[in-house]
Amino acid sequence: MTHEKRMRRLRRSMMFLNAQRPALIKDAYIYKPDSLMLDLEDAVAENQKDAARFSLYNALKSVDYRGVERIVRINGLDTPHWQEDIRVTVAGRADGIRIAKCETAQDVLTVVEHIEKAEEEFGVEKGFTLVMAALESPLGIINAYDICKACPERLFGVAISGGDYRKSMQASFNPGGIEMMGGRANMLIAARAAGVQCFDTVFTDVDDMDGFREEVIQNKQMGFDGKSLISPRQIAIVHEIFTPTQREIRNAERIVRAVREQAAQGIGVFTLDGKMLDIAFVPGAERTIELAKASGVYEGDL
Amino acid sequence: MQIKQSAMAGTLESSDVQVTIEPHEGSVEIELESSVMLQYGRQIKACVQDTLKRLNVNDVRVTVVDKGALECTIKARVQCAVYRAAGVETGFPWGGAIQ
Repeated sequence: MTHEKRMRRLRRSMMFLNAQRPALIKDAYIYKPDSLMLDLEDAVAENQKDAARFSLYNALKSVDYRGVERIVRINGLDTPHWQEDIRVTVAGRADGIRIAKCETAQDVLTVVEHIEKAEEEFGVEKGFTLVMAALESPLGIINAYDICKACPERLFGVAISGGDYRKSMQASFNPGGIEMMGGRANMLIAARAAGVQCFDTVFTDVDDMDGFREEVIQNKQMGFDGKSLISPRQIAIVHEIFTPTQREIRNAERIVRAVREQAAQGIGVFTLDGKMLDIAFVPGAERTIELAKASGVYEGDL
Repeated sequence: MQIKQSAMAGTLESSDVQVTIEPHEGSVEIELESSVMLQYGRQIKACVQDTLKRLNVNDVRVTVVDKGALECTIKARVQCAVYRAAGVETGFPWGGAIQ
């Protein structure tokens, strides 16, 4: 996969796994999430941080994840763990690093600086290890645009982390997510302005599948690229909602074709099935087709 | 590498293995208890031996309680226990002695 393709790859479902637990990490690819996030941070008890790294390294080196992206969530920059976390992640040739509790562009640059050192130390080609930033505080959200722009060669996206964000906003979970609205919207605007991907937080009640579905639908409506997950059971719903339907795909194809045909005849704006269309509709339609291709459900010839 | 103290890594959960390391002057002694002893006992022991050899650990007593762990997990737990027993906390030789 080229660097450009790796940066922009399909990431509808990013599933967290505790790197310390062998039963989880050895066969997680079976559930076919787009990405796995092997966690060295909150899922791992303070006195098992070292054990998680050994477990992670050996899994990265020996388990065939069949093309599922492998991202490692490292410990925060305010802990004694993150530097060794970066070394093991780079040495194990994981695809990328998720920076927990990212608050400033400098946080990204600090991590990138250590990634570069580790790539040199372990003979990994410079630039191979990608990064994403998790925004978990009001300050992270305020600085979202600068964070998104901090490292265009490596940073592919940002995610919001609901648990810490809600806490720092003195709010708690509500169905419908009114407490998350400002954070989600601001992060999305920043990510789109910077041209990087944008991911929503986890939904922690794994038994409430209806509530989960509603949240994923809202994520899709808001324009997210995907979502962090905590259970394999959540993957199929995210894929269903984030993958264009055949009807959406056919509609997108008709828009692209019609605008091209009309443009060839010197016509800019026109109507199709009673709806106004012009060149401004093409990027959205093309994105639907691109998403369909990436999801493996496109059968057309555009 | 010198074993300075006793240390343990891993759990007794399914698919895991618990490894205990103790200083033992002059030789490598491995005691193994496994839920798959008959089929894999020899392989598990060889894996522990190889991992210790790579880490250059020669004076050690190892107790292994296996709950059906994969080879990558056995290696991970042995490495972790050895570094805990040696008192090393950072700057691990990933891809070197740790393979």
